[in-house]
Amino acid sequence: MSGPSDSQIEQFKATFFEECAELLGDLEQRLSVLEGGNQDIEDLHAIFRAIHSIKAGGGTFGYVRMVTFTHSFETMLDHLRDGALEITPEVVDILFRASDIVADLIDVAQQGGTPDDDFGDEVLAQIDQILASMAKAEGAAEGAAAGSEEAADEEAERIGSVALFQIDFKPHPSLLRNANEPLLLIRELRTLGELTVQLDASQVPSLHALETEDLHFTWRLMLRGACREADVREVFEFVDDDCDLTVERLEPKGDRDAEAGTGSSRSEDKTPADKAADKAAAPAEQAAAKSKSTGGEAAGKERRTSSIRVDLEKVDKLVNTVGELVITQAMLTQQLEALAADKRARIASGLEELSTHTRELQENVMAIRMQPVKSVFSRMPRLVRDLAGKLGKRIKLITRGEETELDKTVIEELADPLTHMIRNSIDHGLEGPEEREEAEKPVEGTIVLSAEHRGGRIVIEIADDGRGVNRDRVLEKAIDQGLVAADAKLSPEEIDNLIFAPGFSTAAEVTDVSGRGVGMDVVRRNITNLGGKITVQSTPGQGTKVILTLPLTLAVLDGMVITVGDQKYVVPLGNILESFRPKPEDVQTLVNGGQVVKMRGEFMRLVGLARIFDVPNATHDPSKGLVVMVESDSGSSFGLVVDELLGQQQVVIKSLEANYDPIEGISAATILGNGQVCLILDLDGLEAMDKLAPRDLLEAATLAREPAPAPAPTPAGEPDPAALDDGAAPEQEEPQGEPAGLDDPSSLEQPS
Amino acid sequence: MSLAPNTETSGAPDAPPAVALDGNGEEQAGASADARQFISFQIGEQEYGVDIMAVREIKGWTTVTKLPNTPEFVRGVLNLRGVIVPIFDLRCRFGMGATEATKLHVVIIVTVRERTIGILVDAVSDILTATADQIRPVPEMESEQKEDFLDGLVTVEERMVALIALEGLFDNKLVAAATSAVADVSTTD
Amino acid sequence: MPKKVLAVDDSKTMRDMVAFTLTDAGFEVLSAEDGQHALSVLGDTKVDLVITDVNMPNMNGIELTKALRSNPVHKATPILILTTESGDGLKAEGKAAGATGWIVKPFVPEKLLQVVNKVCP
Repeated sequence: MSGPSDSQIEQFKATFFEECAELLGDLEQRLSVLEGGNQDIEDLHAIFRAIHSIKAGGGTFGYVRMVTFTHSFETMLDHLRDGALEITPEVVDILFRASDIVADLIDVAQQGGTPDDDFGDEVLAQIDQILASMAKAEGAAEGAAAGSEEAADEEAERIGSVALFQIDFKPHPSLLRNANEPLLLIRELRTLGELTVQLDASQVPSLHALETEDLHFTWRLMLRGACREADVREVFEFVDDDCDLTVERLEPKGDRDAEAGTGSSRSEDKTPADKAADKAAAPAEQAAAKSKSTGGEAAGKERRTSSIRVDLEKVDKLVNTVGELVITQAMLTQQLEALAADKRARIASGLEELSTHTRELQENVMAIRMQPVKSVFSRMPRLVRDLAGKLGKRIKLITRGEETELDKTVIEELADPLTHMIRNSIDHGLEGPEEREEAEKPVEGTIVLSAEHRGGRIVIEIADDGRGVNRDRVLEKAIDQGLVAADAKLSPEEIDNLIFAPGFSTAAEVTDVSGRGVGMDVVRRNITNLGGKITVQSTPGQGTKVILTLPLTLAVLDGMVITVGDQKYVVPLGNILESFRPKPEDVQTLVNGGQVVKMRGEFMRLVGLARIFDVPNATHDPSKGLVVMVESDSGSSFGLVVDELLGQQQVVIKSLEANYDPIEGISAATILGNGQVCLILDLDGLEAMDKLAPRDLLEAATLAREPAPAPAPTPAGEPDPAALDDGAAPEQEEPQGEPAGLDDPSSLEQPS
Repeated sequence: MSLAPNTETSGAPDAPPAVALDGNGEEQAGASADARQFISFQIGEQEYGVDIMAVREIKGWTTVTKLPNTPEFVRGVLNLRGVIVPIFDLRCRFGMGATEATKLHVVIIVTVRERTIGILVDAVSDILTATADQIRPVPEMESEQKEDFLDGLVTVEERMVALIALEGLFDNKLVAAATSAVADVSTTD
Repeated sequence: MPKKVLAVDDSKTMRDMVAFTLTDAGFEVLSAEDGQHALSVLGDTKVDLVITDVNMPNMNGIELTKALRSNPVHKATPILILTTESGDGLKAEGKAAGATGWIVKPFVPEKLLQVVNKVCP
């Protein structure tokens, strides 16, 4: 046969690395469970299997260091499984380190490199030490086994010249029960040399006593070939226990004859090492039996539905095709309107059905891309552990809602921001043990990482019980860095949200944990690029909570189609708070040409789409058109001045950047029912583009407002961020007499 | 051979442009190894050519969706079987004012550096074959602006055809420069 | 008719390797991710050989072997256990459960074929 080609090998390798990534993720998670003190035997089994699989694959592809390292790792895990070794914090620590090494080795292999021979030796030494400290008996068995391997190697070096063997093969009656077939063994012997076969059927019982499943023949075989005795014995490898076998080298007489040829009983053939291994196997068997009872329960708990692995590209293609189908279907529906009513009816009902199925199909296809956030959450315990250790803090990480599903792309993009925020919590948020003790808090700090679905979006929260945002310091820094005016009056939430301002960093010293350069502004940008929002809530001395709201998918969007002049645009539905036509007297034009509208006693900034996009024939006067109040992903609210709302629609997001460049104020495009391209608005971008009235002007306008109670605007599709507050943290109420009336934290980032 | 300007060859999604098929038979016999084929088209009185290898299809002008705050020569984007394709007005790019596009105008869809774009022209006229030695360099005399966009000149039956260097024409940097120029203008008024 | 082999392993890499090697040698290869899955794949359909990993979730290779041996349909089907365990303990355990033989991972394709030919009629 021909071996696999290089490209096939590459493919196997790709599969292997993909599998390794999954295994490592699972490993990490289960190690964290172990660390948490929940010692479920099933976790140990799974960890063992993961390392075992990596070892097997590593061996297949010739990653030597991976094999030798995982071998020791595996041995240690095996002893943990059979209870010979106890799970102590020290042991867990070694497990973590060892899995780190394994991850590194996989990494190196994937990059096509070769690790140093002593890579991970420190950890190996620790493993060896642990193993050495175990019961002596087992240590001896290990040593003996190693010895036998050496002996085998030695024998392998002897190259046999042509020899004649006499083989007496007396199968036990039970040989057939394991589906072994003497005929195949004899055939195999023939591949070693010239063979003469003598069958002895004398032991076959009379017909009425014959057990058809038993074997009653014996053979004497004479083999002449250029092989070693070991080769001959290897043929009978699988039936060793089920037969009496003697192999005798007749000529030339071998120097090992005395040892090898005389014994007829199987047990006498065994080397001391084999015996030791047999003994060692006994407890292992018991352990396996023990584990079966628990394994049964675990199997029920963790029943896997059968699955297939599909290239993401194929799924994406499917998503795209379904997207096209949705568009085509919308186009058909629209064209139907042009038909006469009598012709329409029958087609319409068919089309409606098509529409239902299409939507269903789309949902199902999108669901294929969905994955539990577990895959990214599972990386966090390690991070917390490592950082806490480094900083001498005691920190407990609690994760919730790991099964919450999210588009794979979003999950991948989430890893960096999450890592960053957790680092931040550990580095800046949570206090050291002494400080916590002084503050009469539990010495161990807590970070809660949770995910849940809320209204078609996913909400991820990172909450710690640390010292909270140091508002004085944040404000001071922001003023230093020129992010806000020295005399600016900011509400506590506004100050808290300054941490997202570009280039902002509060760390008194740059630590090697949080590092320098990448700030929370980058995190916010990452999240915003995903169509998400990020806000922070903090209570001094009690903790900080960062809230991420993300769309479930990046491929479709619920949008509101609006018109401005002869142009249509899509506004993401999730960002729309409400829409209304203001009275002429409620609209005020500022000296620089900007507009504000009075709404429930607040002046809200207006963004004229026609003006910033230079659209002809559009309504510039909000009181003649409509104002769509939106909340941008960065959390600021403003009104878009539009001509008309055409209706809401689910749209398939198409990239503009594939064939063109990014356009300010536009996030992407979609195709409407009539086949026309329609642009999707980027609210943050629009806000930045709108040449805003300087803050003092806005304040002047705000100060002139009628003193009226100012309830928050009723959110249309989204819960108000304030409503997300479970009361655990921030002070929401503004200090009395505070002149900064604009409920818009992001305006504070404007240099004034 | 000439092509009715509003002929759409986009019937089958990935079929090669009909014009290419028409031209192939006669051209291949005489074509030497270094010969290149061009689709020629008109803008006003002037005839231009683009490398046929870059051409994906030719379609009649349809309404496009405007992109805000882009240079005038960016007419907007259209939906080409689910792909968003920007359309550039070549006349405008050459500084001769925007094309008054009608249904009789033609959009040539080309692939430049892995991007698919459309160029708006008056009419497609022919398929040309030219060997390297038939292509003459662009004289220094030509207008400065055009120079960067032209690959060379070729004379066919006493007509002079200017070969377009697509890469230069819609180079990202040029487009970006033009875009920011527009943006600057729009912010000052 | 090509011989049918069921390859059982929780590692896709291994399943692929086995499947490739044997398919290339003219076998028809079915696969399953663990013992339970293997039983549901097989049902009462006879195959010519089962190659199974030992360490697998839900139902391991030893349990699978026992289950197959107790089913009249699969009673006489050769079963090879696939394992990296170098110790003889597991082989003995496999044999006791009814395995026909074993293959030690990692293996080269030639070795796999050699062993398969040894037990597969």
